[in-house]
Amino acid sequence: MSDLPQTVDENILAVRDLSFYYGDFRGLSNVSLDIAKSKVTAFIGPSGCGKSTLLRTFNRMYDLYPGQRAEGQVLFHGRNLLDRKQDVNLVRAKIGMVFQKPTPFPMSIYENIAFGVRLYERLSKSEMDLRVEWALRKAALWEETRNKLQQSGLSLSGGQQQRLCIARTIAVKPEIVLLDEPTSALDPLSTAKIEELINELKSDYTIAIVTHNMQQAARISDYTAFMYVGELIEFGRTNEVFVKPRCQQTEDYITGRFG
Amino acid sequence: MNLYSRRVLTNRIGVGLSMAAMLFGLLALLWILWTLIYNGFSALNWDFFTRDTPAPGSEGGGLRNAIVGSLLIVGVTSAVSTPVGILAGVYLAEFGGRSRFAAATRFVTDIMLSAPSIVVGLFVYALAVVTCGGFSGWAGSLALSLIAIPVVVRTTENMLLLVPGSLREAAFAVGAPHWQVSLKVTLPAVKAGVVTGILLAIARITGETAPLLFTALNNQFFSIDMSQPMGNLPVVIFQFAMSPYDNWVSLAWGGALLIALMVLTINVLARVLFRKRSSE
Repeated sequence: MSDLPQTVDENILAVRDLSFYYGDFRGLSNVSLDIAKSKVTAFIGPSGCGKSTLLRTFNRMYDLYPGQRAEGQVLFHGRNLLDRKQDVNLVRAKIGMVFQKPTPFPMSIYENIAFGVRLYERLSKSEMDLRVEWALRKAALWEETRNKLQQSGLSLSGGQQQRLCIARTIAVKPEIVLLDEPTSALDPLSTAKIEELINELKSDYTIAIVTHNMQQAARISDYTAFMYVGELIEFGRTNEVFVKPRCQQTEDYITGRFG
Repeated sequence: MNLYSRRVLTNRIGVGLSMAAMLFGLLALLWILWTLIYNGFSALNWDFFTRDTPAPGSEGGGLRNAIVGSLLIVGVTSAVSTPVGILAGVYLAEFGGRSRFAAATRFVTDIMLSAPSIVVGLFVYALAVVTCGGFSGWAGSLALSLIAIPVVVRTTENMLLLVPGSLREAAFAVGAPHWQVSLKVTLPAVKAGVVTGILLAIARITGETAPLLFTALNNQFFSIDMSQPMGNLPVVIFQFAMSPYDNWVSLAWGGALLIALMVLTINVLARVLFRKRSSE
Protein backbone atom coordinates (compact mmCIF):
# COMPACT_ATOMS: atom_id res chain seq x y z
CA MET A 1 0.00 0.00 0.00
CA SER A 2 1.51 3.28 -1.04
CA ASP A 3 -0.20 6.07 0.83
CA LEU A 4 -2.35 6.11 3.93
CA PRO A 5 -6.01 6.09 2.92
CA GLN A 6 -7.74 9.21 4.11
CA THR A 7 -11.26 9.76 5.32
CA VAL A 8 -12.76 13.20 5.06
CA ASP A 9 -14.73 12.88 8.29
CA GLU A 10 -13.55 13.26 11.84
CA ASN A 11 -11.79 10.11 12.99
CA ILE A 12 -12.33 8.29 16.26
CA LEU A 13 -9.90 5.40 15.85
CA ALA A 14 -6.56 5.44 14.09
CA VAL A 15 -4.86 2.17 13.24
CA ARG A 16 -1.14 2.45 12.50
CA ASP A 17 1.17 -0.31 11.28
CA LEU A 18 -0.81 -2.98 13.03
CA SER A 19 0.47 -6.52 12.81
CA PHE A 20 -1.06 -9.48 14.58
CA TYR A 21 0.37 -12.86 15.48
CA TYR A 22 -1.26 -16.16 16.39
CA GLY A 23 1.86 -17.69 17.87
CA ASP A 24 4.24 -17.66 14.92
CA PHE A 25 1.55 -17.18 12.31
CA ARG A 26 1.11 -13.63 11.15
CA GLY A 27 -2.58 -12.83 10.83
CA LEU A 28 -2.29 -9.13 10.00
CA SER A 29 0.53 -7.29 8.28
CA ASN A 30 1.08 -3.56 8.73
CA VAL A 31 -2.53 -2.46 8.57
CA SER A 32 -3.14 1.29 8.73
CA LEU A 33 -6.51 3.00 8.44
CA ASP A 34 -8.82 5.47 10.15
CA ILE A 35 -12.30 4.79 11.44
CA ALA A 36 -14.60 7.77 10.92
CA LYS A 37 -16.72 8.97 13.80
CA SER A 38 -20.49 8.34 13.59
CA LYS A 39 -20.10 6.39 10.37
CA VAL A 40 -20.35 2.75 9.44
CA THR A 41 -17.11 1.15 8.33
CA ALA A 42 -17.41 -2.29 6.76
CA PHE A 43 -14.65 -4.88 6.53
CA ILE A 44 -14.98 -7.38 3.70
CA GLY A 45 -12.79 -10.10 2.28
CA PRO A 46 -12.62 -13.87 1.95
CA SER A 47 -12.52 -16.13 5.01
CA GLY A 48 -9.24 -15.99 6.87
CA CYS A 49 -8.27 -12.58 5.46
CA GLY A 50 -7.94 -11.09 8.93
CA LYS A 51 -11.02 -8.89 9.11
CA SER A 52 -12.32 -10.44 12.34
CA THR A 53 -8.80 -10.43 13.73
CA LEU A 54 -8.57 -6.71 13.05
CA LEU A 55 -11.90 -6.06 14.75
CA ARG A 56 -10.84 -8.09 17.77
CA THR A 57 -7.73 -5.97 18.30
CA PHE A 58 -9.94 -2.89 18.76
CA ASN A 59 -11.32 -4.19 22.06
CA ARG A 60 -8.33 -6.34 22.97
CA MET A 61 -10.39 -9.52 22.74
CA TYR A 62 -7.23 -11.38 21.82
CA ASP A 63 -5.98 -10.81 25.37
CA LEU A 64 -8.06 -13.79 26.47
CA TYR A 65 -5.83 -16.12 24.54
CA PRO A 66 -2.20 -16.62 25.46
CA GLY A 67 -0.03 -16.77 22.37
CA GLN A 68 -1.91 -14.06 20.49
CA ARG A 69 -0.32 -10.64 20.31
CA ALA A 70 -0.54 -7.40 18.39
CA GLU A 71 2.15 -4.94 17.36
CA GLY A 72 1.67 -1.38 16.20
CA GLN A 73 -0.84 1.19 17.34
CA VAL A 74 -4.58 1.57 17.68
CA LEU A 75 -5.09 5.17 18.77
CA PHE A 76 -8.28 6.09 20.61
CA HIS A 77 -8.48 9.61 22.04
CA GLY A 78 -4.75 9.90 21.57
CA ARG A 79 -3.91 6.78 23.55
CA ASN A 80 -2.60 3.51 22.20
CA LEU A 81 -5.14 0.80 23.09
CA LEU A 82 -2.53 -1.90 22.62
CA ASP A 83 -0.47 -0.45 25.44
CA ARG A 84 0.08 -3.03 28.16
CA LYS A 85 -0.85 -0.49 30.82
CA GLN A 86 -4.23 0.23 29.25
CA ASP A 87 -7.15 -0.97 31.39
CA VAL A 88 -8.73 -3.60 29.14
CA ASN A 89 -12.13 -3.60 30.84
CA LEU A 90 -12.46 0.15 30.37
CA VAL A 91 -11.59 -0.21 26.69
CA ARG A 92 -14.30 -2.83 26.31
CA ALA A 93 -16.87 -0.63 28.03
CA LYS A 94 -16.07 2.15 25.54
CA ILE A 95 -15.78 -0.13 22.52
CA GLY A 96 -18.57 -2.69 22.61
CA MET A 97 -18.85 -5.82 20.53
CA VAL A 98 -21.62 -7.99 19.11
CA PHE A 99 -20.71 -11.44 17.86
CA GLN A 100 -21.67 -13.73 15.03
CA LYS A 101 -23.81 -16.05 17.12
CA PRO A 102 -26.31 -14.45 19.50
CA THR A 103 -24.93 -14.90 23.01
CA PRO A 104 -27.52 -13.91 25.62
CA PHE A 105 -26.26 -14.36 29.18
CA PRO A 106 -28.02 -17.06 31.22
CA MET A 107 -30.23 -14.55 33.04
CA SER A 108 -33.41 -12.55 32.45
CA ILE A 109 -33.82 -10.09 29.58
CA TYR A 110 -33.68 -7.24 32.09
CA GLU A 111 -30.54 -8.57 33.76
CA ASN A 112 -28.85 -9.15 30.42
CA ILE A 113 -28.88 -5.40 29.94
CA ALA A 114 -28.38 -4.33 33.56
CA PHE A 115 -25.33 -6.59 33.95
CA GLY A 116 -23.01 -4.44 31.87
CA VAL A 117 -24.45 -1.14 33.11
CA ARG A 118 -23.92 -2.09 36.74
CA LEU A 119 -20.23 -2.65 36.15
CA TYR A 120 -19.58 1.04 35.52
CA GLU A 121 -22.53 2.99 36.88
CA ARG A 122 -24.43 3.09 40.13
CA LEU A 123 -28.07 3.57 39.17
CA SER A 124 -31.19 3.51 41.30
CA LYS A 125 -33.86 0.95 40.48
CA SER A 126 -35.95 3.49 38.55
CA GLU A 127 -32.93 4.84 36.65
CA MET A 128 -31.98 1.28 35.73
CA ASP A 129 -35.53 0.57 34.57
CA LEU A 130 -35.30 3.62 32.32
CA ARG A 131 -31.92 2.59 30.98
CA VAL A 132 -33.14 -0.92 30.18
CA GLU A 133 -36.17 0.48 28.38
CA TRP A 134 -34.01 3.00 26.52
CA ALA A 135 -31.59 0.32 25.34
CA LEU A 136 -34.38 -2.04 24.31
CA ARG A 137 -36.12 0.77 22.39
CA LYS A 138 -32.85 1.66 20.67
CA ALA A 139 -32.49 -1.96 19.64
CA ALA A 140 -36.11 -2.07 18.42
CA LEU A 141 -36.89 -4.82 20.90
CA TRP A 142 -38.99 -2.97 23.48
CA GLU A 143 -42.42 -3.71 22.05
CA GLU A 144 -41.68 -7.44 21.88
CA THR A 145 -40.20 -7.76 25.35
CA ARG A 146 -41.83 -5.09 27.53
CA ASN A 147 -44.16 -7.62 29.14
CA LYS A 148 -41.60 -10.34 29.72
CA LEU A 149 -38.50 -8.59 30.99
CA GLN A 150 -38.08 -11.19 33.72
CA GLN A 151 -38.05 -14.11 31.30
CA SER A 152 -34.79 -15.75 30.35
CA GLY A 153 -32.90 -14.11 27.50
CA LEU A 154 -32.59 -17.58 26.02
CA SER A 155 -36.36 -17.75 25.49
CA LEU A 156 -36.19 -15.22 22.64
CA SER A 157 -35.85 -16.13 18.96
CA GLY A 158 -32.45 -15.94 17.27
CA GLY A 159 -33.09 -12.54 15.72
CA GLN A 160 -34.47 -11.17 18.98
CA GLN A 161 -31.49 -12.57 20.87
CA GLN A 162 -29.16 -10.74 18.53
CA ARG A 163 -31.05 -7.48 19.06
CA LEU A 164 -30.85 -8.13 22.81
CA CYS A 165 -27.08 -8.41 22.42
CA ILE A 166 -27.06 -5.08 20.59
CA ALA A 167 -29.23 -3.53 23.31
CA ARG A 168 -26.89 -4.91 25.95
CA THR A 169 -23.91 -3.42 24.15
CA ILE A 170 -25.33 0.07 23.69
CA ALA A 171 -26.77 0.16 27.23
CA VAL A 172 -23.22 0.64 28.50
CA LYS A 173 -23.10 3.74 26.23
CA PRO A 174 -19.96 2.90 24.31
CA GLU A 175 -18.49 5.18 21.65
CA ILE A 176 -17.79 2.47 19.14
CA VAL A 177 -19.79 -0.68 18.41
CA LEU A 178 -17.97 -3.56 16.76
CA LEU A 179 -20.17 -6.01 14.87
CA ASP A 180 -18.54 -9.30 13.94
CA GLU A 181 -20.77 -10.81 11.23
CA PRO A 182 -23.87 -10.00 13.27
CA THR A 183 -26.36 -11.35 10.75
CA SER A 184 -24.64 -14.45 9.38
CA ALA A 185 -26.62 -16.72 11.72
CA LEU A 186 -29.96 -15.00 11.07
CA ASP A 187 -32.78 -15.34 8.55
CA PRO A 188 -33.35 -12.59 5.93
CA LEU A 189 -36.14 -10.88 7.91
CA SER A 190 -34.10 -10.64 11.09
CA THR A 191 -31.15 -9.51 9.00
CA ALA A 192 -33.21 -6.69 7.52
CA LYS A 193 -34.19 -5.58 11.00
CA ILE A 194 -30.61 -5.53 12.21
CA GLU A 195 -29.50 -3.57 9.13
CA GLU A 196 -32.22 -1.02 9.73
CA LEU A 197 -31.02 -0.79 13.30
CA ILE A 198 -27.42 -0.21 12.27
CA ASN A 199 -28.59 2.63 10.09
CA GLU A 200 -30.35 4.28 13.02
CA LEU A 201 -27.56 3.67 15.49
CA LYS A 202 -24.85 5.34 13.47
CA SER A 203 -25.99 8.85 14.40
CA ASP A 204 -24.96 8.13 18.00
CA TYR A 205 -22.28 5.52 17.62
CA THR A 206 -19.39 4.70 15.40
CA ILE A 207 -19.90 1.30 13.89
CA ALA A 208 -17.34 -1.13 12.53
CA ILE A 209 -18.81 -4.23 10.95
CA VAL A 210 -17.28 -7.38 9.55
CA THR A 211 -19.47 -9.04 6.97
CA HIS A 212 -19.31 -11.83 4.44
CA ASN A 213 -22.21 -10.33 2.59
CA MET A 214 -21.04 -7.76 0.06
CA GLN A 215 -24.53 -6.48 -0.64
CA GLN A 216 -24.84 -5.84 3.06
CA ALA A 217 -21.60 -3.87 3.12
CA ALA A 218 -22.77 -1.85 0.12
CA ARG A 219 -26.18 -1.22 1.68
CA ILE A 220 -25.20 -0.09 5.14
CA SER A 221 -21.65 1.23 5.20
CA ASP A 222 -20.10 4.63 4.52
CA TYR A 223 -16.59 3.27 4.27
CA THR A 224 -15.40 -0.11 3.12
CA ALA A 225 -12.10 -1.87 3.73
CA PHE A 226 -11.21 -4.84 1.56
CA MET A 227 -8.73 -7.22 3.11
CA TYR A 228 -6.87 -10.19 1.74
CA VAL A 229 -4.44 -12.58 3.49
CA GLY A 230 -3.80 -10.26 6.39
CA GLU A 231 -3.34 -7.11 4.38
CA LEU A 232 -5.54 -4.12 3.79
CA ILE A 233 -5.87 -4.04 0.01
CA GLU A 234 -8.25 -1.17 -0.46
CA PHE A 235 -10.01 1.31 1.77
CA GLY A 236 -12.27 4.19 0.85
CA ARG A 237 -15.80 5.48 0.60
CA THR A 238 -18.15 2.59 0.03
CA ASN A 239 -19.64 3.96 -3.18
CA GLU A 240 -16.15 4.39 -4.60
CA VAL A 241 -14.86 1.01 -3.55
CA PHE A 242 -17.87 -0.75 -5.00
CA VAL A 243 -18.31 1.36 -8.11
CA LYS A 244 -14.77 1.99 -9.23
CA PRO A 245 -12.30 0.04 -7.13
CA ARG A 246 -8.67 1.02 -7.56
CA CYS A 247 -7.25 -2.48 -7.15
CA GLN A 248 -7.82 -5.40 -9.48
CA GLN A 249 -8.11 -7.79 -6.50
CA THR A 250 -10.95 -5.75 -5.00
CA GLU A 251 -12.79 -5.71 -8.29
CA ASP A 252 -12.34 -9.46 -8.69
CA TYR A 253 -13.68 -10.08 -5.20
CA ILE A 254 -16.71 -7.82 -5.33
CA THR A 255 -17.71 -9.03 -8.75
CA GLY A 256 -17.55 -12.58 -7.43
CA ARG A 257 -14.59 -13.82 -9.43
CA PHE A 258 -12.95 -15.27 -6.33
CA GLY A 259 -13.47 -15.53 -2.60
CA MET B 1 -22.76 -64.79 0.39
CA ASN B 2 -22.68 -61.35 -1.13
CA LEU B 3 -21.33 -58.19 0.46
CA TYR B 4 -24.71 -56.83 1.51
CA SER B 5 -26.02 -59.91 3.30
CA ARG B 6 -22.68 -60.26 5.05
CA ARG B 7 -23.08 -56.75 6.35
CA VAL B 8 -26.61 -57.50 7.53
CA LEU B 9 -25.36 -60.60 9.33
CA THR B 10 -22.48 -58.69 10.98
CA ASN B 11 -24.96 -56.08 12.11
CA ARG B 12 -27.27 -58.72 13.62
CA ILE B 13 -24.41 -60.36 15.49
CA GLY B 14 -23.28 -56.96 16.79
CA VAL B 15 -26.74 -55.99 17.95
CA GLY B 16 -27.24 -59.42 19.50
CA LEU B 17 -24.03 -59.23 21.50
CA SER B 18 -24.84 -55.70 22.70
CA MET B 19 -28.30 -56.79 23.80
CA ALA B 20 -26.88 -59.77 25.67
CA ALA B 21 -24.37 -57.56 27.47
CA MET B 22 -27.11 -55.09 28.37
CA LEU B 23 -29.39 -57.85 29.68
CA PHE B 24 -26.54 -59.25 31.76
CA GLY B 25 -25.89 -55.86 33.39
CA LEU B 26 -29.56 -55.12 33.87
CA LEU B 27 -30.22 -58.56 35.31
CA ALA B 28 -27.52 -58.11 37.93
CA LEU B 29 -29.00 -54.76 38.92
CA LEU B 30 -32.56 -56.09 39.10
CA TRP B 31 -31.37 -59.09 41.07
CA ILE B 32 -29.73 -56.82 43.66
CA LEU B 33 -32.82 -54.64 43.90
CA TRP B 34 -35.10 -57.67 44.18
CA THR B 35 -32.99 -59.22 46.94
CA LEU B 36 -32.96 -55.95 48.85
CA ILE B 37 -36.72 -55.53 48.59
CA TYR B 38 -37.40 -59.20 49.35
CA ASN B 39 -35.28 -59.21 52.50
CA GLY B 40 -35.54 -55.62 53.58
CA PHE B 41 -39.07 -54.47 52.89
CA SER B 42 -40.59 -56.26 55.89
CA ALA B 43 -38.16 -54.39 58.18
CA LEU B 44 -39.39 -50.98 57.03
CA ASN B 45 -42.06 -50.32 59.64
CA TRP B 46 -42.78 -47.57 62.16
CA ASP B 47 -40.27 -48.94 64.69
CA PHE B 48 -37.57 -48.93 62.02
CA PHE B 49 -37.66 -45.14 61.85
CA THR B 50 -38.51 -44.31 65.47
CA ARG B 51 -36.47 -46.70 67.62
CA ASP B 52 -32.74 -46.89 68.04
CA THR B 53 -30.45 -49.83 67.33
CA PRO B 54 -31.15 -52.67 69.79
CA ALA B 55 -28.62 -54.03 72.25
CA PRO B 56 -27.34 -57.56 71.61
CA GLY B 57 -29.99 -60.08 72.46
CA SER B 58 -32.86 -57.65 72.90
CA GLU B 59 -35.96 -57.76 70.74
CA GLY B 60 -37.10 -55.38 67.97
CA GLY B 61 -35.45 -52.02 67.61
CA GLY B 62 -34.94 -49.65 64.67
CA LEU B 63 -32.33 -47.56 62.95
CA ARG B 64 -33.34 -44.04 63.99
CA ASN B 65 -29.90 -43.14 65.39
CA ALA B 66 -28.15 -44.49 62.29
CA ILE B 67 -30.50 -42.70 59.88
CA VAL B 68 -30.16 -39.37 61.67
CA GLY B 69 -26.39 -39.86 62.00
CA SER B 70 -26.03 -40.61 58.32
CA LEU B 71 -28.11 -37.58 57.35
CA LEU B 72 -26.00 -35.35 59.62
CA ILE B 73 -22.66 -36.65 58.41
CA VAL B 74 -23.69 -36.51 54.76
CA GLY B 75 -25.28 -33.07 55.27
CA VAL B 76 -22.13 -31.58 56.79
CA THR B 77 -20.07 -33.22 54.05
CA SER B 78 -22.23 -31.63 51.34
CA ALA B 79 -22.09 -28.23 53.02
CA VAL B 80 -18.29 -28.40 53.09
CA SER B 81 -17.51 -30.01 49.77
CA THR B 82 -19.96 -28.04 47.62
CA PRO B 83 -18.34 -24.60 48.00
CA VAL B 84 -14.80 -25.95 48.10
CA GLY B 85 -15.37 -28.17 45.07
CA ILE B 86 -17.10 -25.49 43.01
CA LEU B 87 -14.50 -22.83 43.75
CA ALA B 88 -11.65 -25.19 42.93
CA GLY B 89 -13.42 -26.23 39.72
CA VAL B 90 -13.89 -22.59 38.73
CA TYR B 91 -10.23 -21.94 39.40
CA LEU B 92 -9.14 -24.85 37.22
CA ALA B 93 -11.43 -24.00 34.31
CA GLU B 94 -11.32 -20.22 34.32
CA PHE B 95 -8.12 -19.05 35.96
CA GLY B 96 -5.59 -21.87 36.24
CA GLY B 97 -5.36 -22.64 32.56
CA ARG B 98 -2.13 -24.43 31.80
CA SER B 99 -0.21 -23.23 34.84
CA ARG B 100 1.86 -25.71 36.82
CA PHE B 101 -0.28 -25.20 39.91
CA ALA B 102 -3.45 -26.03 37.98
CA ALA B 103 -1.81 -29.06 36.38
CA ALA B 104 -0.71 -30.30 39.80
CA THR B 105 -4.20 -29.74 41.24
CA ARG B 106 -5.77 -31.65 38.37
CA PHE B 107 -3.33 -34.53 38.85
CA VAL B 108 -3.98 -34.77 42.58
CA THR B 109 -7.74 -34.53 42.03
CA ASP B 110 -7.60 -37.39 39.56
CA ILE B 111 -5.67 -39.51 42.04
CA MET B 112 -8.17 -38.69 44.77
CA LEU B 113 -11.04 -39.65 42.44
CA SER B 114 -9.74 -43.19 42.22
CA ALA B 115 -8.15 -43.48 45.65
CA PRO B 116 -9.51 -46.49 47.59
CA SER B 117 -11.87 -45.13 50.23
CA ILE B 118 -10.26 -47.26 52.93
CA VAL B 119 -7.02 -45.35 52.38
CA VAL B 120 -8.90 -42.07 52.85
CA GLY B 121 -10.42 -43.48 56.05
CA LEU B 122 -7.07 -44.55 57.39
CA PHE B 123 -5.59 -41.15 56.55
CA VAL B 124 -8.29 -39.27 58.44
CA TYR B 125 -7.97 -41.77 61.29
CA ALA B 126 -4.29 -40.92 61.65
CA LEU B 127 -4.87 -37.21 61.06
CA ALA B 128 -8.01 -36.45 63.05
CA VAL B 129 -9.02 -39.40 65.18
CA VAL B 130 -5.74 -40.27 66.84
CA THR B 131 -4.76 -36.65 67.40
CA CYS B 132 -8.14 -35.20 68.39
CA GLY B 133 -9.10 -37.68 71.03
CA GLY B 134 -11.28 -40.23 69.41
CA PHE B 135 -13.88 -41.14 66.87
CA SER B 136 -16.36 -38.43 65.92
CA GLY B 137 -18.97 -37.37 63.41
CA TRP B 138 -16.70 -34.52 62.33
CA ALA B 139 -13.96 -36.98 61.41
CA GLY B 140 -16.53 -38.95 59.41
CA SER B 141 -17.57 -35.85 57.51
CA LEU B 142 -13.94 -34.96 56.88
CA ALA B 143 -13.24 -38.38 55.39
CA LEU B 144 -16.35 -38.24 53.20
CA SER B 145 -15.48 -34.70 52.09
CA LEU B 146 -12.12 -35.91 50.82
CA ILE B 147 -14.05 -38.34 48.62
CA ALA B 148 -16.76 -35.89 47.51
CA ILE B 149 -14.63 -32.82 46.77
CA PRO B 150 -12.70 -34.30 43.83
CA VAL B 151 -15.98 -35.37 42.21
CA VAL B 152 -17.40 -31.85 42.49
CA VAL B 153 -14.14 -30.25 41.32
CA ARG B 154 -13.95 -32.37 38.20
CA THR B 155 -17.61 -32.05 37.22
CA THR B 156 -17.53 -28.28 37.75
CA GLU B 157 -14.38 -27.94 35.67
CA ASN B 158 -15.63 -30.18 32.88
CA MET B 159 -18.98 -28.40 32.76
CA LEU B 160 -17.31 -24.97 32.59
CA LEU B 161 -15.07 -26.15 29.78
CA LEU B 162 -18.23 -26.90 27.79
CA VAL B 163 -19.29 -23.25 27.91
CA PRO B 164 -18.90 -21.93 24.37
CA GLY B 165 -16.02 -19.51 24.01
CA SER B 166 -18.44 -17.07 22.39
CA LEU B 167 -20.42 -16.68 25.64
CA ARG B 168 -17.28 -16.05 27.64
CA GLU B 169 -16.06 -13.53 25.06
CA ALA B 170 -19.45 -11.77 25.06
CA ALA B 171 -19.27 -11.31 28.82
CA PHE B 172 -15.76 -9.89 28.58
CA ALA B 173 -16.91 -7.68 25.71
CA VAL B 174 -19.19 -5.59 27.95
CA GLY B 175 -16.16 -4.82 30.09
CA ALA B 176 -16.75 -7.30 32.89
CA PRO B 177 -13.81 -8.30 35.07
CA HIS B 178 -12.88 -11.96 35.06
CA TRP B 179 -14.44 -12.88 38.41
CA GLN B 180 -17.78 -11.39 37.36
CA VAL B 181 -17.65 -13.30 34.09
CA SER B 182 -17.11 -16.57 35.96
CA LEU B 183 -19.55 -15.97 38.79
CA LYS B 184 -22.42 -14.28 36.94
CA VAL B 185 -22.22 -15.71 33.42
CA THR B 186 -20.32 -18.94 32.88
CA LEU B 187 -21.12 -20.66 36.18
CA PRO B 188 -24.90 -19.95 35.95
CA ALA B 189 -24.78 -21.17 32.35
CA VAL B 190 -23.80 -24.64 33.58
CA LYS B 191 -25.76 -24.61 36.83
CA ALA B 192 -27.68 -27.78 36.01
CA GLY B 193 -24.51 -29.72 35.28
CA VAL B 194 -22.79 -28.56 38.44
CA VAL B 195 -25.82 -29.41 40.59
CA THR B 196 -25.90 -32.83 38.95
CA GLY B 197 -22.25 -33.30 39.89
CA ILE B 198 -22.99 -32.42 43.50
CA LEU B 199 -25.93 -34.82 43.65
CA LEU B 200 -23.81 -37.62 42.20
CA ALA B 201 -21.10 -36.89 44.78
CA ILE B 202 -23.71 -37.11 47.54
CA ALA B 203 -25.01 -40.36 46.11
CA ARG B 204 -21.48 -41.69 46.09
CA ILE B 205 -20.73 -40.87 49.73
CA THR B 206 -24.12 -41.98 51.07
CA GLY B 207 -23.07 -45.60 50.82
CA GLU B 208 -19.39 -45.26 51.69
CA THR B 209 -18.53 -47.57 54.60
CA ALA B 210 -14.79 -47.91 54.89
CA PRO B 211 -14.01 -44.25 55.68
CA LEU B 212 -16.66 -44.19 58.41
CA LEU B 213 -15.38 -47.37 60.10
CA PHE B 214 -12.20 -45.51 61.01
CA THR B 215 -13.73 -42.15 61.80
CA ALA B 216 -17.34 -41.85 62.91
CA LEU B 217 -17.25 -45.45 64.07
CA ASN B 218 -20.73 -46.17 65.40
CA ASN B 219 -22.97 -45.30 68.29
CA GLN B 220 -25.61 -47.54 69.71
CA PHE B 221 -27.49 -44.54 71.09
CA PHE B 222 -29.18 -41.57 69.54
CA SER B 223 -26.81 -38.61 69.28
CA ILE B 224 -26.61 -35.42 67.31
CA ASP B 225 -23.28 -34.42 68.83
CA MET B 226 -20.84 -34.38 65.92
CA SER B 227 -17.85 -34.46 68.26
CA GLN B 228 -18.83 -37.91 69.51
CA PRO B 229 -18.88 -41.27 67.72
CA MET B 230 -21.97 -41.33 65.59
CA GLY B 231 -24.27 -44.05 64.35
CA ASN B 232 -24.60 -44.29 60.59
CA LEU B 233 -26.29 -46.63 58.14
CA PRO B 234 -23.31 -48.19 56.33
CA VAL B 235 -21.44 -49.19 59.47
CA VAL B 236 -24.62 -50.47 61.14
CA ILE B 237 -25.34 -52.57 58.07
CA PHE B 238 -21.79 -53.90 58.17
CA GLN B 239 -22.04 -54.90 61.84
CA PHE B 240 -25.63 -56.14 61.88
CA ALA B 241 -25.55 -58.16 58.68
CA MET B 242 -22.86 -60.47 60.05
CA SER B 243 -24.37 -60.81 63.50
CA PRO B 244 -26.08 -63.98 64.81
CA TYR B 245 -29.25 -62.10 65.84
CA ASP B 246 -32.22 -62.37 63.48
CA ASN B 247 -33.62 -58.91 64.31
CA TRP B 248 -30.17 -57.35 63.59
CA VAL B 249 -29.90 -59.10 60.24
CA SER B 250 -33.38 -57.97 59.31
CA LEU B 251 -32.54 -54.37 60.29
CA ALA B 252 -29.37 -54.58 58.16
CA TRP B 253 -31.46 -55.57 55.12
CA GLY B 254 -33.85 -52.73 55.84
CA GLY B 255 -30.96 -50.26 56.10
CA ALA B 256 -29.45 -51.54 52.87
CA LEU B 257 -32.78 -51.09 51.10
CA LEU B 258 -33.11 -47.58 52.52
CA ILE B 259 -29.64 -46.57 51.30
CA ALA B 260 -30.32 -48.06 47.89
CA LEU B 261 -33.58 -46.13 47.64
CA MET B 262 -31.88 -42.90 48.71
CA VAL B 263 -29.11 -43.29 46.13
CA LEU B 264 -31.67 -44.20 43.48
CA THR B 265 -33.75 -41.12 44.30
CA ILE B 266 -30.73 -38.81 44.14
CA ASN B 267 -29.66 -40.29 40.81
CA VAL B 268 -33.11 -39.96 39.29
CA LEU B 269 -33.34 -36.39 40.59
CA ALA B 270 -29.96 -35.58 39.03
CA ARG B 271 -31.05 -37.01 35.70
CA VAL B 272 -34.38 -35.22 35.63
CA LEU B 273 -32.76 -31.94 36.61
CA PHE B 274 -30.00 -32.25 34.03
CA ARG B 275 -32.35 -33.23 31.22
CA LYS B 276 -34.81 -30.43 31.98
CA ARG B 277 -32.10 -27.79 32.10
CA SER B 278 -30.13 -28.90 29.07
CA SER B 279 -33.18 -29.07 26.83
CA GLU B 280 -34.03 -25.43 27.50
